[in-house]
Amino acid sequence: MKALRDTHVTLSHGGGGKAMRDLIESVFTEVFQPPGMEDQARLMTGALQEPGARLAFTTDSFVVTPVEFPGGDIGKIAVCGTVNDLAVGGGRPLWLSAAFIIEEGCEIALLRRIVASMAAEAVAAGVRIVTGDTKVVERGSADRVFVTTSGIGVIPPGRNLAADTIRPGDVAIVNGVLGDHGAAILAARGDMALSTNLRSDCQSLGHLMQAVLAAAPATRAARDATRGGLASALNEMAEAARVGIEIDETLLPMRDEVRGVCEILGLDPLYLANEGTLVLFVPEDQADAALAAMKATEAGRGAVIIGRATAAHPGTVTMRTLFGGSRIVDMLVGEQLPRIC
Amino acid sequence: MCLGIPGQIIAITDPARLMAMADVSGVRREVNIACIADGPLEALIGEWALIHVGFAMSRIDADEAAKTLDALHDLGEAQEALEAMAAGQAALEMQR
Amino acid sequence: MKYVTEFRDPKAAKSLLAAIAQTADKIGVTRAKPLHIMEICGGHTHAIFRYGLDKLVHEGVEFIHGPGCPVCVLPMSRIDECVEIARQPGVIFTTFGDAMRVPGHKQSLLQAKAAGADIRMVYSPLDALELARRNPDREVVFFGLGFETTTPSTALSIQAAAREGLTNFSIFCNHITVPEPIKALLDDPDMVLDGFIGPGHVSMVIGTHPYDFIARDYHKPIVVAGFEPLDLLQSVLMVLTQIAERRAEVENQYARVVPEHGNPVSLAAIDDVYEKRPSFEWRGLGEIDASGLRIRPKYAAFDSEEKFCIGYAAGPRHFEEPEGCACGAVMTGRIKPTACPQFGRGCTPEMPLGALMVSSEGACAAYWQYGGARAAAE
Repeated sequence: MKALRDTHVTLSHGGGGKAMRDLIESVFTEVFQPPGMEDQARLMTGALQEPGARLAFTTDSFVVTPVEFPGGDIGKIAVCGTVNDLAVGGGRPLWLSAAFIIEEGCEIALLRRIVASMAAEAVAAGVRIVTGDTKVVERGSADRVFVTTSGIGVIPPGRNLAADTIRPGDVAIVNGVLGDHGAAILAARGDMALSTNLRSDCQSLGHLMQAVLAAAPATRAARDATRGGLASALNEMAEAARVGIEIDETLLPMRDEVRGVCEILGLDPLYLANEGTLVLFVPEDQADAALAAMKATEAGRGAVIIGRATAAHPGTVTMRTLFGGSRIVDMLVGEQLPRIC
Repeated sequence: MCLGIPGQIIAITDPARLMAMADVSGVRREVNIACIADGPLEALIGEWALIHVGFAMSRIDADEAAKTLDALHDLGEAQEALEAMAAGQAALEMQR
Repeated sequence: MKYVTEFRDPKAAKSLLAAIAQTADKIGVTRAKPLHIMEICGGHTHAIFRYGLDKLVHEGVEFIHGPGCPVCVLPMSRIDECVEIARQPGVIFTTFGDAMRVPGHKQSLLQAKAAGADIRMVYSPLDALELARRNPDREVVFFGLGFETTTPSTALSIQAAAREGLTNFSIFCNHITVPEPIKALLDDPDMVLDGFIGPGHVSMVIGTHPYDFIARDYHKPIVVAGFEPLDLLQSVLMVLTQIAERRAEVENQYARVVPEHGNPVSLAAIDDVYEKRPSFEWRGLGEIDASGLRIRPKYAAFDSEEKFCIGYAAGPRHFEEPEGCACGAVMTGRIKPTACPQFGRGCTPEMPLGALMVSSEGACAAYWQYGGARAAAE
């Protein structure tokens, strides 16, 4: 391993010279072990040779404050987020790229921790980080580190998960509790001075999706309920499918602490971000199979049916409230802000 | 207006500044207890208060809460009796 | 959640709804000739929509959404003044999240933050105070807004700042009071209200007696209510029962939190720090006498208006409202949000024109968010 004696990143680590090479080798490639050191990854897979197989390709940038939080860090999210974007489309995630924009002054120990957690999550999710990039920007131009990951997966022949295939009567299932990530991050930021034992739900959903698709091949579509929460994911799906979606408030799984954070800050948990929670729709006759398959996976132990698609009010999500009232669950307008009134 | 939520006082954190730790469903936040501190501070531990913008604004009266719930319970029973009477009436009329 | 979950019990709600329906039938109200019950507080408005109570109660009971959302009644010019303060060099401007999106004439606080002003959201005035302690070279301003519920928190914060000798902390005071606008509403010749749901959290500070005039002078029932759905339904039933029995009294449904005489510590702090302004401007309602508070001269060092010579301290003011905005008529219960010509057209939660669309407690935003807009369109 190349010796890297610096403790903090300086602009010289972005200058293209020896310092940069040392940083890349010592912090990144030593851990990620990409296949070859050319400027591009060269990928081979048998799965692609199959007639009708399709490539799935996605990209996502990650900015999160704080960069390390209970339950994860920006690196883990960057791997999970891109893996999940591939997984919910029915693809088997295979390869990731990882690009880092690093603020001058960022501790190298922090970078090492982030890289280690990315490598571990990649192993867990069964993907390889095969190429990457680093840039260093002046202090104030970034918040310690930003990460962009792109991912490639393979969708086997005949599989077509898409929101516009959802039909009235289909059952909506989530894989676990809602809002942990959003509430944990709010608390971890510290500006509201709340302390909790909440941890981000940040996790890869690739194995879970493979299990569901094996058990319930007619699964229509899945979405990970990230920014904008469950409410936004459901609204996107209702709109794409031109169906109504009705969920039941009493069925929504949520931790007491998440409810507590929401009550204190006047937030609606349906809009809290998740980083390892998805909602999927299956035809009613495969709902039990899908549910059982999910429950058998680590990421799906808390799986539960939360509602169904309806022919009524296409494009709109409604929720039956605790005592039988009904209200519309709309898209979020802007960012959800804490309120006192 | 005026979001408020019941929280339980679990510790006095700064007696001089009248600060205490409150717990809302496992979420903890330091709050000011000036408005409910009418005796020894330690006596507040375990008490429930209505929390608003970081202040314990009013102590929650367990007896009054129970009274309200009792009234709701009585109303529920009265309604059930009414419904049962109505159902009995309907059944009688059916028989005729 | 203790004191929360048990007040959301669906079974009890069913009995309450049945009792409300029986009482409404006894009074003889119908959809065409309904009772108009105003929930004064925006928190109640929010809860009514969140739990769908408006659709569950007897059709002869109509909720009129009152002026009790401090963000909604804040005039645009006050937001302009916030932005002006926030843009001064060295200032850290702190605010509750509620105020961030309220439009000023040129900018909202969110837009001013994007343009470079140091504006921070806090949960409590105590957090602003802590910022002042930690940043002695910065001037920390807290945007004090809200009714009597919130007023003690800023009063106690000013007292603490004075005790500690902080010189870099001040409050931009926009505190307002509940009884005066209610009186203004009751004096309105177009007023159609039959009874009130009283604001529970305001009342835990001021007690129930400040509403005596409503029953005594205007012969309208008022029930001080809690914020859980059973609290609200029970309060509606209590108002209806008073009407059925031809009574007009101040009743307290929320006795677990609201003492008859309020909270003595809070009242003393308010009285020590604040005094009545001769009048204060309410968005949509205009100037209301003695409805606003200002910081007493002895605490002038903590008064942002004095410190920055802005707002009421800067001299005479002129008032204007955005063109075509019917917030005033909605707030007084004369029209429904959907009857405003701008609703859903010039005024949406994305691009709010009137204040009632800005805050999630505003009647218009609640109508929009929880489906009133679509219900009206269907």
